[in-house]
Amino acid sequence: MPYLFLGPWLLGAIGLTVAPMVVSLYLSFTDYDLFNEPQWVGLDNYAKLFGDDPRYLQSVGVTLKYVAWSVPLKLVLALAVALLLNSLRGKGQAFFRSAFYAPSLLGASVGLALAWRAIFDTWVDLPDTSLVTIVLLSAWQFGAPMVIFLAGLQQIPRDLFDAAAVDGAGWWRKLASITLPMLSPVLFFNLVLETIHAFQAFTQAFVVSGGRGGPADSTLFYTLYLYERGFTEFRMGYASAMAWVLLVAIALITAVLFRTSRYWVFYGDER
Amino acid sequence: MKRAVVFLLCLAALALVLYPIVWLISASLTPVEDLVSNLRSLFPGRVTTDGYRGALEGAGGESFWTFLGNSTIVASGAVIGNVVSCSLAAYAFARLRFRLNGPLFAFALVTIMLPAHVTLIPQYVVFQQLGMIDTFVPLILPKLLATDAFFVFLMVQFMRGIPAELDEAAKIDGCGPIRNYRYVVLPLSRPAMVTTAIFTFIWTWNDFFSQLIYLSSTENYTIPMGLRLFIDQTSSSSYGPMFAMSVLSLVPIGLFFLAFQRFLVAGVATTGLKG
Repeated sequence: MPYLFLGPWLLGAIGLTVAPMVVSLYLSFTDYDLFNEPQWVGLDNYAKLFGDDPRYLQSVGVTLKYVAWSVPLKLVLALAVALLLNSLRGKGQAFFRSAFYAPSLLGASVGLALAWRAIFDTWVDLPDTSLVTIVLLSAWQFGAPMVIFLAGLQQIPRDLFDAAAVDGAGWWRKLASITLPMLSPVLFFNLVLETIHAFQAFTQAFVVSGGRGGPADSTLFYTLYLYERGFTEFRMGYASAMAWVLLVAIALITAVLFRTSRYWVFYGDER
Repeated sequence: MKRAVVFLLCLAALALVLYPIVWLISASLTPVEDLVSNLRSLFPGRVTTDGYRGALEGAGGESFWTFLGNSTIVASGAVIGNVVSCSLAAYAFARLRFRLNGPLFAFALVTIMLPAHVTLIPQYVVFQQLGMIDTFVPLILPKLLATDAFFVFLMVQFMRGIPAELDEAAKIDGCGPIRNYRYVVLPLSRPAMVTTAIFTFIWTWNDFFSQLIYLSSTENYTIPMGLRLFIDQTSSSSYGPMFAMSVLSLVPIGLFFLAFQRFLVAGVATTGLKG
């Protein structure tokens, strides 16, 4: 009986997730152009990626730079605004919370990215600043993590702050000794989520760079290069290898984040 | 005093946040000559609706209404698919006992984190062999099969909060799992359904990557793909229609946001939706 309800999901999980993953792993060891049979080439694709493809390494560099700048910037903004809103109450807080959240919905669209490109038209054309505009577009969407931070802030028991105030703690002291430790699980959650998403950024880079990752490959995001190889040159084997490297990279970084979380994430039940 | 400072800071931040939106609306109403000469004037001296007239004419030989219709079909299909398939799966995970419940649910959670790229190419190959490239099937079918496991998770969280006594009572009244799902759990899960529907709509409306990959002829283009036609054009005469169509593309999201902001913000706050 349960499988009657699970049917659609199970079909999707097997047919659209597990099986395609296995097949794409297989394709990553082949040359495949969609029209001729896949040709087994062993580790060639992977060797080419890291040994013989400067544009691939460029795309890795661009993506790492983007993740390293956009994620902290977005989270710091989100936390700062959440702290600000937490000191407001009632209607004012609800209004600003909704208003600041709106860019998280609009910013993912092609329409807004086109506007962004026009607003920063002088920066977009220069290799030194083009990536900055995409980082800023990501930071502009600080609303979603901000809402999560704000919900976390409201979970912190007020008597902790009262007790600290009795002990003579100032604003900074309370932030460092109560707010941040109590908020660390939420911070960790946001960090993992935003990092995973940042690695897969596509639309904004595609639109802002005019679809090619330019100028001079300065905005050649990983996914943009994967799209180019897979869907404009139809080198499906090569693109599959890229997809698997991306999966492994994201899994490794997530694992590292979880490892470090032992040292800085504080769960209330620890003593 | 302190409240006033906080309030002013919030207003300043609001101005920054709204600037790109106001800029876009103003640009869509500015005559092309003024756009080119002074691209950054926020309040145009002269106002024109030429941009909107151009936008409605569309791009690449198809009118805006074609793009709008296609986007509406894809988004509606995705909403129906997600609400039905995710609620079915969530009901099983949240309310039914079976041996593989734990492992399968854990697997569903893992797939949330999976980058779509590792499944993309084989999926494309299959749809290509079935002759379904350049149709809406590859965009809607995955939703009918609950591949957005995120929403399964969201609904499971919600359904677990519905008292188990209701299941018992329904059982005593002779309801099997199907009627229990249909008449007890589903009506009580409305907030989770609404949240799922709105987010699915907005994300599908904005989605660009899969539409770029699967749609190839202009008559099947959705709004983001129609806008894409402007990306390659460098002539300044297309600025007006481009900005106007951008504004039009954002209107449904704006309306949904205004109507459902409570659901949206609550959904993000409780589940950490990516937004």
